[in-house]
Amino acid sequence: MTSTSPAAGAQQPAPGKDQSQERQKRMIAEHYARLAHAPQTGEKNAYTFVPGNLVELLRCFDVLPVLPEINALQSAMRGKSRDYIALAEKHGHSEDVCTYVKCDYGMLKSGNVGPTGERLPNPDLLLLSYTGCFTFMKWFEILRQEYEAPVVMLHVPYQGEGKVTDAMRRYVVDQLRRNVIPALERISGKSYDEDRLAAMLALSAKAEDDLVAVLQSAKHRPSPIDAYFGGVYYIGPIFTAFRGTQEAVDYYQELRAEVGERQRLGLGPVTPDGPAAQERYRVVVEGPPNWTSFRQFWQMFAGEGAVVVASTYTKVGGVYDFGFRHDPSRPLESLADYCIGCYTNLNLPARVAMLSRYVEDYAADGFLINSVKSCDSFSAGQLVILREVEKRTGRPGGFIESDLVDPRYFSAANVKNRLESYFQMVEQRRAAGAAR
Amino acid sequence: MTGVAELVRRAEGLCRDYRLEAVADWKRRHGGLAVGFVPIWAPRELLHSQGVLPVAILGAGDDLEIIKGDAFYQSYICHLPRSVVELGLNGSLQGLDGMLFPSTCDVIRNLSGIWKLQFGNLLVRYLDLPQDFDRDLGGRFFVHELQELSRELTARGALPYDAGRLAASLAIYDQHRAAVEALYDLRRREPHRVPTHELYVVLRAGSVLPVEEHLAMLRDYAAAAAADATRRPLDQARVLISGSFCEQPPLGLIKTLERAGCYIVDDDFLLAHRWIRGDVRDGGDPLQALVGALLRQAAPSAVRWIGDDEKGRDLVERVGKSGAEGVIFCAPSFCDPALLDQPMLARALDAAGVPWTSFKYAENTGQFQVIREQAGTFADSIKLWSGA
Repeated sequence: MTSTSPAAGAQQPAPGKDQSQERQKRMIAEHYARLAHAPQTGEKNAYTFVPGNLVELLRCFDVLPVLPEINALQSAMRGKSRDYIALAEKHGHSEDVCTYVKCDYGMLKSGNVGPTGERLPNPDLLLLSYTGCFTFMKWFEILRQEYEAPVVMLHVPYQGEGKVTDAMRRYVVDQLRRNVIPALERISGKSYDEDRLAAMLALSAKAEDDLVAVLQSAKHRPSPIDAYFGGVYYIGPIFTAFRGTQEAVDYYQELRAEVGERQRLGLGPVTPDGPAAQERYRVVVEGPPNWTSFRQFWQMFAGEGAVVVASTYTKVGGVYDFGFRHDPSRPLESLADYCIGCYTNLNLPARVAMLSRYVEDYAADGFLINSVKSCDSFSAGQLVILREVEKRTGRPGGFIESDLVDPRYFSAANVKNRLESYFQMVEQRRAAGAAR
Repeated sequence: MTGVAELVRRAEGLCRDYRLEAVADWKRRHGGLAVGFVPIWAPRELLHSQGVLPVAILGAGDDLEIIKGDAFYQSYICHLPRSVVELGLNGSLQGLDGMLFPSTCDVIRNLSGIWKLQFGNLLVRYLDLPQDFDRDLGGRFFVHELQELSRELTARGALPYDAGRLAASLAIYDQHRAAVEALYDLRRREPHRVPTHELYVVLRAGSVLPVEEHLAMLRDYAAAAAADATRRPLDQARVLISGSFCEQPPLGLIKTLERAGCYIVDDDFLLAHRWIRGDVRDGGDPLQALVGALLRQAAPSAVRWIGDDEKGRDLVERVGKSGAEGVIFCAPSFCDPALLDQPMLARALDAAGVPWTSFKYAENTGQFQVIREQAGTFADSIKLWSGA
């Protein structure tokens, strides 16, 4: 599985940063600094994953999250993933498997230096939130062999039938009560305080409201945001370490105001080469981005005047735009619903429905799938998704292939070629439509 | 009693019964539902108790040209789902009234969604096997899942759930597990009597047979193999095969390993037959017993969270129990569970001083020369250097 947010230490995408960008960069840098100094300050941490993360619950015990997928994508953006992956393969990890895992393992074996150049602390707890990705389970078995930390498994049932049942919710809540909370009490030395958790969830909901407003601003023409390349920055704080904090609330308020102002002025998104000149194509994107050539990948879209108006990748850490909010009146049940509802925990019919809805709601010209070699959770079935969404919406779909963090699988010429062909097809459809 | 050769010939025919003629025959005779399942496990006991024939869908090996299936998957996805889709689209599985998809990996999981989109009129259900092994947590959740499945089966014409019938089904499957284990035990003791290319087809024949018939076949084969005086031991290396629990190796690959000088004395082929170890019946509520066995007695395979156990401990113990002199990691290409497990298992073997080698295959692999050379070299190295 794949998750998100490039912010810390990564090259920021655009000249003339917005205030919110500066704020985000500062927040994330401070988070990594706290982690780096945790051995001295005594702050506890838990390694966990983005989808189905329990950040509010961790923070309720003053435990800091460390997110291995984020470390992997950061390594890719800093040009380190090739060596890390090579090291993991030297240790016997197959060339066929998830490159996030291999990148993280290689980083660990190279001194566990985080995105800010400081060593990350060893885990006090390995909290396996097993949501939407089989590989997560193996990943934590690997980490378990490397560290002495206690391990807790939270099994989040998959939405195989396309719905959340009471039995599923109860299963998660019971595991939280019986396994996760006691483990956090043990490592933190603090008792569970449900009022504190509820207060954090109330802050989460506020930030989520603003995030949704930002994402839905893309319904406007021209879209003031890019909901994929820009979107991965927007989701950074809420998908990682800051949900449930006042900092996140402040960040999303600021971001929303900035985006609202761009919308009022009729401006498009800011791209790697400055403000977008003209919105020629509106597309929906399914699948994670490539991180090793993230900027180049974005430029290929921006160069064509293509703006991503909605993406599924920005839902891997929570699907908020269809109404879900963390609910302080039912804290653990709400965390359960959140975990079960993350994008890769949805079955294929639900994914098809979501993409089709995006294409319609955001008045997209079509949709593109970036299929990554590493991630079966996303990739297995995407060719079916392609055909189904085309059939339902009548809009053209495109298919490109790359990888998350293995630079060997990003062929710029091939990707560019496919994108150009795709946009030509969109043009032809337009011309044919106009002729009729 | 049937002779070995005739029995194995019949089993091979059933292994290649991709159009499920045996299933159609069963339906004509019994009139019940038939429900398929993909690796690695399904609650066959529950289906059986409701008069439903469980049918293992294991792909089509190297016997089927994949045309439509390849249009469903990118090159970096394993082969099994391609042939399963091909079988679905070419009408081979039309005798099935439903399909179950256990939580083996993300490919199988997403295949359940493809099935819902392609064959929405059938019963299609994802089985989220519990990864929490507490009876009150994962156990209660999975009991509920099975109750839901049971109700769906009944809604489609199966017999309603009945505890007495399930208890009887547990009993017959306990006998079946014991018969399978007896064959594995015979092979461990006298591998020359039970060549794996025979054992494999005899076990796989159970994919399309009712358990009672397959149980009889297992017993016939065990008796015939034990009685065959022409089978003499050879100076082969004893190896354990690990990693082939989902997409199955082509039969030619198994024969190649044997011809390369290996006695396969343990493996994880066709794991549905052996995932739960020992008897399921415990004298209590049968549904609770089935789920309890899944929680406590399922082999620590790659698709199961290791929990409090130590990674690789079970493999090392199986090496000891089977008298294997080495391990061959034999995993399908792009198989996340097997390939992600491999370095951890290799580490445990290294710590225990057990030699190992590894290669990959696809179910339709047709060239075995490289594998033969590698396995032959491995077998030779065991024979030449193990003592040293």
